[in-house]
Amino acid sequence: MPSSLLGKGAISIRNVTKIYDPEGVNVMAVDDCSLEIAAGEVCMIVGPSGCGKTTLLNAIAGFHSVTTGEIYLDGEMLCGPEKPLAEQGADRIVVFQHGALFPWKTLVENVAYGPIVQGILSKKEAHEKAEGMLTEAGIGDMSQKYPGEVSSGMARRAEIVRALINDPKVLLLDEPYRAMDALTKSIMHEALLEVYDRTKVTIFFITHDLEEAIFLGDRVVVMTTRPAKTKKILDVNIPRPRDYQVLSSEEFRLLVNEAKDAVHEEAVKAFEAGERELA
Amino acid sequence: MLETKAPTGFALTFYRWKKNLKTPTPYLMTFGIALWIGTYYLFCEGWELPRFNKIPGPYVVITEWLSRKPAWGISLFTEDYHGHIVASCRRIVIAFGIATGIGVPLGLFMGWSKKFKDYSFPILETLRPIPILAWVPLAILMFSGLETPVIFLATLASLFVTTLNTLLGVESIDDSYFRAAKCLGAKSSDIFFHVVVPGSLPFIFTGLQISVGVAWFSLVAAEMVSGEYGLGYMIVDAYMNITYVSMVIGMLTLGFAGWFTSALVRWAGNRMMQWRVRALALEGR
Repeated sequence: MPSSLLGKGAISIRNVTKIYDPEGVNVMAVDDCSLEIAAGEVCMIVGPSGCGKTTLLNAIAGFHSVTTGEIYLDGEMLCGPEKPLAEQGADRIVVFQHGALFPWKTLVENVAYGPIVQGILSKKEAHEKAEGMLTEAGIGDMSQKYPGEVSSGMARRAEIVRALINDPKVLLLDEPYRAMDALTKSIMHEALLEVYDRTKVTIFFITHDLEEAIFLGDRVVVMTTRPAKTKKILDVNIPRPRDYQVLSSEEFRLLVNEAKDAVHEEAVKAFEAGERELA
Repeated sequence: MLETKAPTGFALTFYRWKKNLKTPTPYLMTFGIALWIGTYYLFCEGWELPRFNKIPGPYVVITEWLSRKPAWGISLFTEDYHGHIVASCRRIVIAFGIATGIGVPLGLFMGWSKKFKDYSFPILETLRPIPILAWVPLAILMFSGLETPVIFLATLASLFVTTLNTLLGVESIDDSYFRAAKCLGAKSSDIFFHVVVPGSLPFIFTGLQISVGVAWFSLVAAEMVSGEYGLGYMIVDAYMNITYVSMVIGMLTLGFAGWFTSALVRWAGNRMMQWRVRALALEGR
């Protein structure tokens, strides 16, 4: 039984502020942002481009430090005043915007990589497990191919498998389906929901796409324009497992409209500020 | 559904060859070569244009090259010719080998460790622009004999190219691969061998193709200045002895040798980067 089923992966973001100073001028990316994410929750973060969503993700993943505030994972401090930069670890795995499967490894080698470098499984065991998980995800036939040989949808699915094989507490997804066409996207959504229903891993998912956010999420957190803080939190009480019928339901449409109003306001502000996106 | 087994081995080579014949490429290549040789022939031997009339034309050169009893002493069948080729190739193998052996790890470390790059980059950038001919006196002062200075010069030129390209290769790797590797629990050494090395291979091999060319270039320059064997020496020697036919044979030989070594490097690169070859093949390249 995966550990995530035991209710692991609660993230607590407390008063986090992040200030960059790329040119000697302080730029506040995140301002006093607090957010509680329950274990096994699908938390969708939406907000205008460059608002600081990714900054938050980077702080959780340990790519960037926080300036003030703390982030906890299951009650343990990841980063805080004494340790502004969280340690990177396989308990929080990121799926990147443009995909980061190693192009020089086949899909099965990519998936097996985590357990091998962590010394958990031997190469043979890891490859067997990886093959099994790829088959489970419906891309077993592709296991010997390189990422450059498969479609972006397949690659992204393999990347999620590469994360899941490590049995992470949290999956951090940074607009993973941004560049995909609507049809591929819908297939990816169902695949992700299927994975979620099976593993109940906590998901922190950044997106621009409101329908995606509401279709996938338990909660949708709308962020303000930079500096980012939470503007509005929408609870999505559509029962799981969800399928594409949901998209045409009245409840879904109402939620989308509600979110749209909140996001639009911020998007206008961001556009008028006209600042270049920060990471 | 139409499904055929993908050809492999010889069948695949044959298939590619057959497919290639249906593209304009081989015909254009043949035409290009014919045009070049034709012009060369007309200028030197046909019309005997001024400035070209001292230069041996293709007919004379090819007959001499293929002759068992060459009038000027150099042809495919003379031991001297073989000796020159072997001498130059041997130097290239040594120089290119040393340059790759030092340059690739050096470039990888420079790209991987900011600190190491801070130490070494200014030195590299100062030494690199010094033309290889300017190193000749120093090479002769530093090394005894005729062989070592020549190899040193070829190595040096090649080394700079390889190091710089490898460094650029590491810097070209998208940051998300490093982040992904760390997320998955990779240690520094894992990242070096599983991200830095494979990720920079495309740039390394581009660099190696240039560097093998540069090695030939500086080798010949060095052989012209000091040497008693080798293709560069052969060309200068032929010029001094007014045996211009041998001189042109030497030049063409260098062309073929350079082409062959580049192809060898390309082949090795493709062997080591199947992931790239396969992805490019899907794009029709």
